[in-house]
Amino acid sequence: MAVLSVREKLAILSDAAKYDASCASSGSTKRDSLRSGGIGSTEGSGICHSYAPDGRCISLLKILLTNFCIYDCSYCINRSSSNVRRARFSVEEVVKLTMDFYRRNYIEGLFLSSGVIRSPDETMGEMVEVARRLRIEERFGGYIHLKTIPEASAELIEKAGLYADRLSINVELPTDEGVKKLAPEKRPETIRLSMAKLRRKIEEKAEPTMQSRRRERFAPGGQSTQMIVGADKTSDDGILRASARLYGSYHLRRVYYSAFSPIPDSSSSLPLQRPPLMREHRLYQADWLMRFYGFSQPEILDGSNDGMLDLAIDPKLAWALRNRGRFPVDVNRAEREALLRVPGLGTRVIDKIIETRRHRRLRLEDVGRLCHSVAKVRPFIVAEGWSPGALTDKAGLRQEITRSCEQLSLF
Amino acid sequence: MARTQLNLAAHLVRLESQTDFAGWRVAARRLATNDIPPGDVAWQVEPDREDGASDLPAAQADARLVVPRDFIERAETVICHCDPDRFGFLYRLLWRLRSEPKLLSIATDPDIRRLEAMEKAVHRDIHKMRAFVRFRKIREGADERYVAWFEPDHFIVERNADFFVRRFTGMRWTILTPHASADWDGERLAIGPGAAKRDAPAEDDAEALWRTYFENIFNPARLKVKAMQKEMPKKYWRNLPEASLIPDLIAGADRAASDMIDRMPTSPAPHHAKVKAKHWPTPEPSDVVAPEADDIPELREEAKGCRRCPLWRDATQTVFGEGPENADVIFVGEQPGDQEDLAGKPFVGPAGKVFDSILDDAEIDRRKVYVTNAVKHFKFEPRGKRRIHSKPSAGEIQACRWWLDKELDLIKPNLVVALGATAAQSLLGKAVPITKMRGDVVQREDGLRVFLTIHPSFILRIREPEDKEAERERFLKDMRKVKQLMAA
Repeated sequence: MAVLSVREKLAILSDAAKYDASCASSGSTKRDSLRSGGIGSTEGSGICHSYAPDGRCISLLKILLTNFCIYDCSYCINRSSSNVRRARFSVEEVVKLTMDFYRRNYIEGLFLSSGVIRSPDETMGEMVEVARRLRIEERFGGYIHLKTIPEASAELIEKAGLYADRLSINVELPTDEGVKKLAPEKRPETIRLSMAKLRRKIEEKAEPTMQSRRRERFAPGGQSTQMIVGADKTSDDGILRASARLYGSYHLRRVYYSAFSPIPDSSSSLPLQRPPLMREHRLYQADWLMRFYGFSQPEILDGSNDGMLDLAIDPKLAWALRNRGRFPVDVNRAEREALLRVPGLGTRVIDKIIETRRHRRLRLEDVGRLCHSVAKVRPFIVAEGWSPGALTDKAGLRQEITRSCEQLSLF
Repeated sequence: MARTQLNLAAHLVRLESQTDFAGWRVAARRLATNDIPPGDVAWQVEPDREDGASDLPAAQADARLVVPRDFIERAETVICHCDPDRFGFLYRLLWRLRSEPKLLSIATDPDIRRLEAMEKAVHRDIHKMRAFVRFRKIREGADERYVAWFEPDHFIVERNADFFVRRFTGMRWTILTPHASADWDGERLAIGPGAAKRDAPAEDDAEALWRTYFENIFNPARLKVKAMQKEMPKKYWRNLPEASLIPDLIAGADRAASDMIDRMPTSPAPHHAKVKAKHWPTPEPSDVVAPEADDIPELREEAKGCRRCPLWRDATQTVFGEGPENADVIFVGEQPGDQEDLAGKPFVGPAGKVFDSILDDAEIDRRKVYVTNAVKHFKFEPRGKRRIHSKPSAGEIQACRWWLDKELDLIKPNLVVALGATAAQSLLGKAVPITKMRGDVVQREDGLRVFLTIHPSFILRIREPEDKEAERERFLKDMRKVKQLMAA
């Protein structure tokens, strides 16, 4: 094989990494370089340094160490039967690229993943070595996310957690049957066990040690996962059920949904049609409802016929239209929990409503000033001088709201 | 012209710079304590004047001017806004705060909405500067330094410089903008005058690699130009080395995406067969049915893949029994909990700890007993970051009896302790009133003696410390009885 330049390798190994949805650089501890005199900091929320025309943020240098892989997962461009061009970075090359990019303020840090070559431990070992060199030799204080290989040894995972901010293991697909069909060599049981081990390790290390009373550093940004949407037939309800289970069981910071994307040289076991990107967006909205709006998973699609999220309207509005008996809610008196159920009211707006109503009563116009679209909120609230009357139960309400929201739509 | 108009106001405040918050604060204090209304004040930035507040009346020493700390912090942000009216606006807010101390909490007030909008604009500008500054390297080795040109909307350089110090401590760098510059020599931060784009280097070798990355991380099959421009408006593009690629990437996206789809599945790559043979050999087909497990380790292995009921689906793993195979007694609980599910071992969670400490008090050696559960997968409902335990159904208990019966068969204990109703139901084949029959020994048809008591998690659920202690005592008594029965 011809010797590839770093630039050629970068082209191949970033192209190979683009199907990973996560680019988050948030959720870690605050850290800077003032004392170390090195380079790099993390300050709670991450920074998106650029945006690609696919609308995705570019925060981290997201690359594969290599796209050679012994696995043959049909949805993956790097599967062993694929004819894609292959390349392999050396540890030095990744360290240098990361530092060169970081110094110029292109990135927040590194998201390193890899195809598995020879053995899981060998591949994981090299990834950990990249992280170690960055932290120790380069005194790098930026963000590091390592995609861990489920089968890698406990010692390597422990080291990975010492250097990385976040670790992740992909569940790949929402059901075990899906994994068995499309990723025949992957074992869902092992993936679960790895996530369980990671959660235990993170909790164990979060306890202050007996001697120093200081907490040991271990993946302060927690763990996350990704699943592919639309490559198998799982409904949105099934996907959300899997997410709820993963959040509860392994305390994940995030579950990422990646709409199955056509890949060059794709395998014949995949659907020809890609799912609409809107489906991915609706899943994220539903995921938010579970995590920040007090919805339980079964509630979200309760009463829908096909277990699929409505693509035309957001899941909170869809839920409210199916549960009109719970409305209207009085913005001047209702508990926070009840306000969280109102379509069009986000957590920040609700905080403002609660703060303001301690001093004066809110009118509909006031709510309109605070939120994005009063058309969506109006039928579901009571305010000073405003009652929706029969509007809440009106038959054509859905159409009415969608029509008036269309002008505001960002999509 | 503007000058004469300004001078018409009764009081003119001259501030030293666009972000002279200290000067604004001193002046505002003097004005407010002398009851000078906002309409009588004009504000102006004049860098070379020495004392901006010199022609204002001195602050009234006995007048108390109290404002929320929150206001000071927010005013410090808003002073960076480019709106020339900001000084007067902030003074108007201060004026209103004297009679409306809760004003900042009224999110619907037009002034507060303006304050928030200005604050948001400054924060966004600060954030975008952190995101879109692009350093270019000049010189090599010991002389190496990094220079960037950036055009912010607001006067944020001073306010934002510390961020770059914290992040690029080990580097020598300069950020040039039209109104100010920031320079870090590795030890000291200096804020200097504005500069021009031509003062910054025009290129950097690393940009070719960065552009390569930008092109290849883009997925043409999911073009969303609006979403990109919302976060990275065109006004920033001229200073971003990657942005000149965008028009071509957009124009070629449809072709690139359809090319991706058109490239039909091809035959497997040449190395695929070799990889497959080496790493994933097809197992020898065997006609031999796996022999029935004849010890506990084999049984445990067999139970790993149990699909006798659907509970495996949500659980992490089968949690099998644990303990010596020649144990005299088997303790049977209900099902694994959160901790047991993660660890793969029974009785290691909070209830397990209570159980252990009581066994200890009863002088029963935990290492010499076998502990297991009636149901071997954790059944739960996820609720945020918690898993709420659900009671196994009769069907699930029945399905899992298969394993419990085999454990009993292989260990042949002389006593079984049913901890709680589920265990009792599994062992006796029917539901029994556990609180009534607590402490009883029931003999099964096969001769096995079953001692009935509560599940230790019951003790954990009691809130009142006294009741809790009493319940613990009762359970300890039960365990002492178990110890006697073990010997019998």
